[in-house]
Amino acid sequence: MSAALEAKLGRAWKKPPFISSPVFRWVLIIGSLVYLVLATIGTAGISEFLRWTGIVGPQFSFGATDKLFSGIEVKWDRIARGWERGWQFIKAFAEPDFTSRWKDIYKGIYESIVMTIASTVVGIAISIPVALGAARNIAPLPIYLICRAIVAVSRALNEIIVAIILVAILGFGPLAGFITLSFATIGFLAKLLAEDIENMNKVQAEAIKSTGASWTQWINFGVQPQVMPRLIGLSMYRLDINFRESAVLGLVGAGGIGGTLNTAFDRYEFDTVAAILIIIIVTVMFLEYLSGVIRARIQ
Amino acid sequence: MPISERNGLKVWQLRTPKSQLIRWGAWLIGLAVFIFSWKEISDNTLWFMMDNVGEVVADITGRATPPAWSYITELGKPIWDTLAIATLGTIFALIMAVPVAFLAARNTTPSRLFVRPIALLVIVSTRSVNSLIWALLLVSIVGPGVLAGLIAISIRSIGFCAKLLYEAIEEINVVQVEAIKATGASPMQVMVYGIVPQIMPAFAGIAVFRWDINIRESTVLGLVGAGGIGLALQSSLNVLAWPKVSLILLVILVAVVIGEWVSAKVRGAII
Repeated sequence: MSAALEAKLGRAWKKPPFISSPVFRWVLIIGSLVYLVLATIGTAGISEFLRWTGIVGPQFSFGATDKLFSGIEVKWDRIARGWERGWQFIKAFAEPDFTSRWKDIYKGIYESIVMTIASTVVGIAISIPVALGAARNIAPLPIYLICRAIVAVSRALNEIIVAIILVAILGFGPLAGFITLSFATIGFLAKLLAEDIENMNKVQAEAIKSTGASWTQWINFGVQPQVMPRLIGLSMYRLDINFRESAVLGLVGAGGIGGTLNTAFDRYEFDTVAAILIIIIVTVMFLEYLSGVIRARIQ
Repeated sequence: MPISERNGLKVWQLRTPKSQLIRWGAWLIGLAVFIFSWKEISDNTLWFMMDNVGEVVADITGRATPPAWSYITELGKPIWDTLAIATLGTIFALIMAVPVAFLAARNTTPSRLFVRPIALLVIVSTRSVNSLIWALLLVSIVGPGVLAGLIAISIRSIGFCAKLLYEAIEEINVVQVEAIKATGASPMQVMVYGIVPQIMPAFAGIAVFRWDINIRESTVLGLVGAGGIGLALQSSLNVLAWPKVSLILLVILVAVVIGEWVSAKVRGAII
């Protein structure tokens, strides 16, 4: 046995590292450490630490960089004062108040549900043609690029930001929320559906084509049956997301339960807040259960 | 096989008359619900405001262009804060999500009857409440600033990360775990050498995926006072400084696109 092999055999086994390239691994580790220090305590914290250790003089400071890399400010006295409010909030969950603002809660929830249903239906209806266009195996290149651009724009813009712009244009009310949610649904559904169409079984689609089917027949009998289960599953999932999102659109005036929630927070009525949050959580749980049942039945 | 008779000829059909009727009824109910929902929205909308939408859009775009490029020097700090909220929030969320996921997974939970439902409740309740609502609450507890946003993002992400992680834990290969057990390993060693290596790729994927989502979410947290670039957006919107607003929106868009690109690259490298 050679000495090199002997030396290798004598060494204890070690778990292989997650990132195999050592240079990349160490760059990543050191880089993240530097970032973490800058992000948490900041340069001001570093200079304070250095002053405390006595390595540098008491006048030492990084100067202007302190403003940028200020780290995270923790105001302990503010937290101490706010802590009581936090405790009240937790206590409010034990006795939520559904009754005293029930009219507002009912109106908000009702509006949220209406917005969710309408926007999901419209979003699905628009996203199907967009998804067909965004699937490379179906659409020609120009249409593909246009549809992919629609998907990219819809996904890049945050719902809240779209809602702010739409409220500025259309005024307060559920219409702005409805358009926002429909627009967000397009990006989500069209992207995932297009990926599913791209992964479909070509043989089935070919078989339909070989019978002399027209383009619409080809889509309807060759492609549609293959992606339908996924489309229904994604639609249910999106219904769930849209309801959750509709709960916050009200914060910027786009209708739904968010407005009621914001008012309750502003008045520090934590028992009403707790009631609203419980309603949201229960509805989301119900929707998740429903979508689970439907998806299990289809697949 | 469902068959209908037409002029004495037997014709093949996809569905029986009964199932066809049920489908037709379901579509009718669905359509009715949709139309009713649309009518409700329409009733709550001031349609006369729509008459001059074109003018309003033209007016706002006219005011918003060109973006106030010189303002970008003041955006360095907000964007750094936004990044810090997203990154640190994801790290804290993962630290809390890992134990929750192990308690929620069927094959690693200490008690299916008591611990698992509690862990699932934590997952559902943190997941169903949007980060903006958490931020709203935390601003009133810890005061406005980056800290509120950071905690809001971490709480919101616990449920998401824990859910995906516990699904990954439930899908692990038991043979490998058995093999480690057969060597006489302690439960802790089984965890480290049998389970953790199997879920590590999923873990890294989830972490980067959530980081990408958190960048999107942290850009708007400032609207309720929880720090980051949303704060700048809110103050510009309040004074209707449209050139600044358009610049901020542009910066957010660039940040989101870069975040998605990084996340896609890293996930591609892992999988």
